[in-house]
Amino acid sequence: MNAPSKFRYISTDRRVREDRRFVVGKGRYIADLAAEGMLHVALVASQHAAANIKSIDASKALAMPGVHAVIDGAELAAASEPLMNGLDTPNVRRHPLAVGATRYMGEWVAAVVADTRALAEDAAELVEVEYEALPFVIDAEEAYTPASTPVHPAHGSNVLLDRVFNWGDIDEHFAASERQLSLRVTWGRNSTVPIETFGVLAQWDPWGQVLDVRASIQMPKYADQIARALRLPMNGVRVHYDVDVGGSYGVKRGIKHSVLVGYLARKLGRPVRLIEDRLENMRSGDAHGPERIFDIDVAFNSDGVINSMKMRALDNAGAYAGRAPFQLGKPIGAIVGPYRIKSVRYHAVSVTTNKAVEEAVRGFGQSPTNYAIETMVDRVAEAVGLDKVEVRRRNLIRKEEFPYLIPSGTRYDSGDYHAVIDKTLAHVGWRELVAERDALRARGLLAGIGIAACLEPSGGNSSFEPLLNPKNTTTTWMESCRLNVDALGTVNVAIHTTSSGQGHETLVATAVGEALEIDPDKIRVTRPDSLSSLPGNSPVGSRMAIMLGGAAFHAAQKLKAKIVAIAARRLGCAPEAAVYREGAVFHGDREVSWDDIVTIAHRHFHELPEGAEPGLESTYIMQTPTGLELPTADGRVQMYPCHSFEFHVVLVVIDPDLGKPELRRYVIGHDCGTVINPHIVKGMTLGGIAHGIGATLLEEFVYDAEGQMMSQSFMDYLMPSAHEVPRVEIVHHCTPSPLTVFGQKGSGESGYLGAPAAVSGAINDATRPLGVRFNKLPIRVGALADAVADAREQRKDSAP
Amino acid sequence: MKAAPFEYSRPSSVAEACELLTRDEDARIIAGGQTLVPMMAMRLARPTRLVDIARIPELAFIRDDSDAIVVGGATRQAALERHASLAARLPLLARALPWVGHAATRNRGTVGGSIANADPAAEIPLVLVTLDGSIRARSTRDDKVIAADDLFEGPMATALALDACLTEVRFPTWSHARMGSAFQEISARHGDFAYVSAAAQVALDGDGKCVACAIGVGGATAAPTRLKAASAALLGGRLDDAATREAIAAEIAALDIMIDPHASPAYRRRVAVTLAHRVVIAAHDEALSRTPA
Amino acid sequence: MKVSLTVNGETREIDAEPRLTLLDALRDHLRLTGCHTGCEHGVCGACTVLIDGAPARACLLFAVQADGLEITTIEGLAPAPGELSLVQDAFCETHAMQCGYCTPGMVLTAHALLRDNPAPTRDAIVDAISGNICRCTGYGQIVEAIELAARRLAGSNAPAKGDAA
Repeated sequence: MNAPSKFRYISTDRRVREDRRFVVGKGRYIADLAAEGMLHVALVASQHAAANIKSIDASKALAMPGVHAVIDGAELAAASEPLMNGLDTPNVRRHPLAVGATRYMGEWVAAVVADTRALAEDAAELVEVEYEALPFVIDAEEAYTPASTPVHPAHGSNVLLDRVFNWGDIDEHFAASERQLSLRVTWGRNSTVPIETFGVLAQWDPWGQVLDVRASIQMPKYADQIARALRLPMNGVRVHYDVDVGGSYGVKRGIKHSVLVGYLARKLGRPVRLIEDRLENMRSGDAHGPERIFDIDVAFNSDGVINSMKMRALDNAGAYAGRAPFQLGKPIGAIVGPYRIKSVRYHAVSVTTNKAVEEAVRGFGQSPTNYAIETMVDRVAEAVGLDKVEVRRRNLIRKEEFPYLIPSGTRYDSGDYHAVIDKTLAHVGWRELVAERDALRARGLLAGIGIAACLEPSGGNSSFEPLLNPKNTTTTWMESCRLNVDALGTVNVAIHTTSSGQGHETLVATAVGEALEIDPDKIRVTRPDSLSSLPGNSPVGSRMAIMLGGAAFHAAQKLKAKIVAIAARRLGCAPEAAVYREGAVFHGDREVSWDDIVTIAHRHFHELPEGAEPGLESTYIMQTPTGLELPTADGRVQMYPCHSFEFHVVLVVIDPDLGKPELRRYVIGHDCGTVINPHIVKGMTLGGIAHGIGATLLEEFVYDAEGQMMSQSFMDYLMPSAHEVPRVEIVHHCTPSPLTVFGQKGSGESGYLGAPAAVSGAINDATRPLGVRFNKLPIRVGALADAVADAREQRKDSAP
Repeated sequence: MKAAPFEYSRPSSVAEACELLTRDEDARIIAGGQTLVPMMAMRLARPTRLVDIARIPELAFIRDDSDAIVVGGATRQAALERHASLAARLPLLARALPWVGHAATRNRGTVGGSIANADPAAEIPLVLVTLDGSIRARSTRDDKVIAADDLFEGPMATALALDACLTEVRFPTWSHARMGSAFQEISARHGDFAYVSAAAQVALDGDGKCVACAIGVGGATAAPTRLKAASAALLGGRLDDAATREAIAAEIAALDIMIDPHASPAYRRRVAVTLAHRVVIAAHDEALSRTPA
Repeated sequence: MKVSLTVNGETREIDAEPRLTLLDALRDHLRLTGCHTGCEHGVCGACTVLIDGAPARACLLFAVQADGLEITTIEGLAPAPGELSLVQDAFCETHAMQCGYCTPGMVLTAHALLRDNPAPTRDAIVDAISGNICRCTGYGQIVEAIELAARRLAGSNAPAKGDAA
């Protein structure tokens, strides 16, 4: 069912073309790009959680041979605009280098430019900064209180966003429900932490008046933001998209780095490159993910049917606003998960604290939200004493109800959640799995089964922007593609973004090959720079299969129409009467070949249809399939168009004395509609699960009470290795989306969206017999074992 | 993350290395560099000179003595792992070595380096302490043997003088026919430094009575600790599960447990007892499965 | 100081400060940029090279220490321009990567594993690559690639040129 026969290349087992250059070490990453005369940057970082900068003395650093400049925040701020905020919070000003005061440990105070990175680091050590330590706030709940020390005094408080949405008859549904319960879960501060840190190389051409920028970037509106910040016309910034990005999953958004380096390149008249080192990346790359406390009240009946939910999500945005608060907005598009919850109160709060800045992470807030929803459903099952699969079955939206409008205004496109669950459980052997768990328990081990039924909203639009910031009226969120058949008849496709492992070249070649019925391997894919590019919004919001795949397909369809028109003239028939097949056009038993069409288009103007332009070129700028309207006054909006579904089943075994969870079995049922490239989707899912396992068990940016970050290196920030990720079995299902060209949905966030809920659920199932619950991620070995030991001790004490 | 500048020397003999160390008190030995280089990259270590002993021929050897395997200070961990007689003569070390970092770090990391670095959770120091081994250290002043018991003083602290070169490591071997060993550890991820590790080697006579016993725990205490009282308590009799655990628990109850953010002291103490108990039982069962001489 | 580096069979002399790591020497002095910088403190494995045939972290070795040693980088594996080694081909077959950043280290590690152990178990493969962090794939397709390469090695009479690393 995964590869409907109607496709020629889509869904087939084809190699990923990008892989060829990567396996031989010929990827072209930012650190591989060197320019003649290039200078290097190192940063002077604040060691305080909050401090006034009394003075900066760079004289010793500047006296070192090979040091070209030391600049501070005052200099840069005078020459640039503050970085963009997502919300309407004009007094939360953010500059690449701290101006007057620093607001988190690691914040950049000054930048040193030298002949080599090593020299720049030597000089950075010699920059003397005099600080006056200030009061600070680390904890989000404390920051939310009016008495807390504001991180930005000019803003007046730490609250960036505090909004209550009421969707539906919440009070009525609560009153009518037989049961209620409350829970709190906390999502720890972690991130995607790509193995390549962020890097940027900028070069100013004073005669051409253009700033060339190459960067390890995954960011919407990157060129626009650089131009605005540096007060350049947008056509004075040329971003090169032919840079391979060494992993991102959301976070490669080094706008502050880019503005800084752009300024330095202009100031010094030399190419300047900044590649974060790992310490800079971890403490001051502004790339931490959401850190969130969920408080939930849920109203349900004794049969497990959930009627209504009140959720408060309190997000710790760190020291500056950025786009992070929007990560509270995106989940509104799937706030009820895959369930028929009739009404929702959602209270979204984002606060500033003296921690590093939060950035977009895979799922844009959806994975923490899914973790909260799924934990809630587990609790409901527990409360009514029903099997947790059964409770989900009773609440899931049914196949025949699609398109399904959820209380917050999004219409889900399609799905067959019951089928995916049935198929997955059949594959698992649910009864056998339960028996295995019970047998393990009988042996004295802690064993538990976790499940998660989650959505991956995909095809990202920006509906959360106008929803949370009324001054932002953006509803356009396009992606573009250009096709050109050259004079010798080969096909060239241009895409207008960087990629960080998503296989976009394979994607568009497959989509165009499918549409034109020609071998995708014969299609060249290129990435023009931003000055030659059509508008786009970069690979965010699990959107590229839908949006770039869609734009490529539509561009190919336009091209095909031109081809058919050219051929029809030669064939002497109406275009509607001509049939395109595998590059040639037929009318009855007569044919015009691809080569002939190319010749006509490029060389025989006299044979072109009237009004046709010479050449064979087409462009398509595609708007997202939904999200075309501004939000309603009561805060309802159509968020992303497509909704992939995933169902996780995990068996966890824990030695109660040691506390280390072992993932004994991991199965995921996955439905992302039509799969364009099975290898790519599989990799996304497996990688997402690994990332989710890390978030659940290992990964956290820890701050101590003094605001010092305790996990600045890979010695302390622990990511799963091959030992920690089990073999994962994938069960496929395909419910095509009616909104996309091939029926495809997004898969770039798959696995990650449900893994934390499932793994945490499994651990909680394992410790439930002891009455022990873990409501906070990550669940660490030591804490787990300590809780188990305490519970056993108490049982011993209370035993008669 | 670039190291601060330093000078580099690659002496061809231990004597020359010692000479270099004497001349500059901020000089440091580098062998495999698997721990020192990260510290230098973060500028937490700033030696003025690195004295590279990795290629001094007299420091790279593995010698099978009658009562010990003696290993040159700069011998790579991977070389020791592959040593033909290791599994038979030093099964405890053979079991511990795969837990040391990852294959790629064992290929460069040295036996002496791991010992001199003295991480409380490191596996090789634990085995050395458990088996009551020793090292030899040479400087321009002397050439002396230091017993493992006297060597490890705390986290990253040893009795090795700063100008001394660890020239050899002596791991005592046992000649009992009925011998068993076991090594276990628990960490967040395989290959990480352990929260707690435990090592045991047990020898039995023909009747199954314990004639030799060595138990050690690492990670829990500031330096690897040999459980001498528990080991002594188990000698002379048949191993009793409950008594073993009790003896171990009693000794560990009296230890000073390390405090760090990664695991609570209570966890470390409990798990030290659990793992020590388990390795003794496993070592005993293995010994019991061997045919008496 | 002068350092003589033998990389992929070719010996080249560079002028290096003692503090220059082998990683930076390969990348910046020899322009062998397939060796990637990930953490610079020996954890992630992105800078894995083979030293005398065995995987090692290029960030944990100063170039001066590598003087005279046999170093193999990812650039030394492909049998000819445009061709792939058997392991590289297997990585492409199973799509054992996404962003490609950890890939050279993984491929070199796999080469060394299969040279020492042509028929590794799944556990042996997992252990061999456990010192190399991949944030994209969750390792599944990497393990599959190495299993596939092992099967293909077993199926061929002799390893193809370039596969023995």
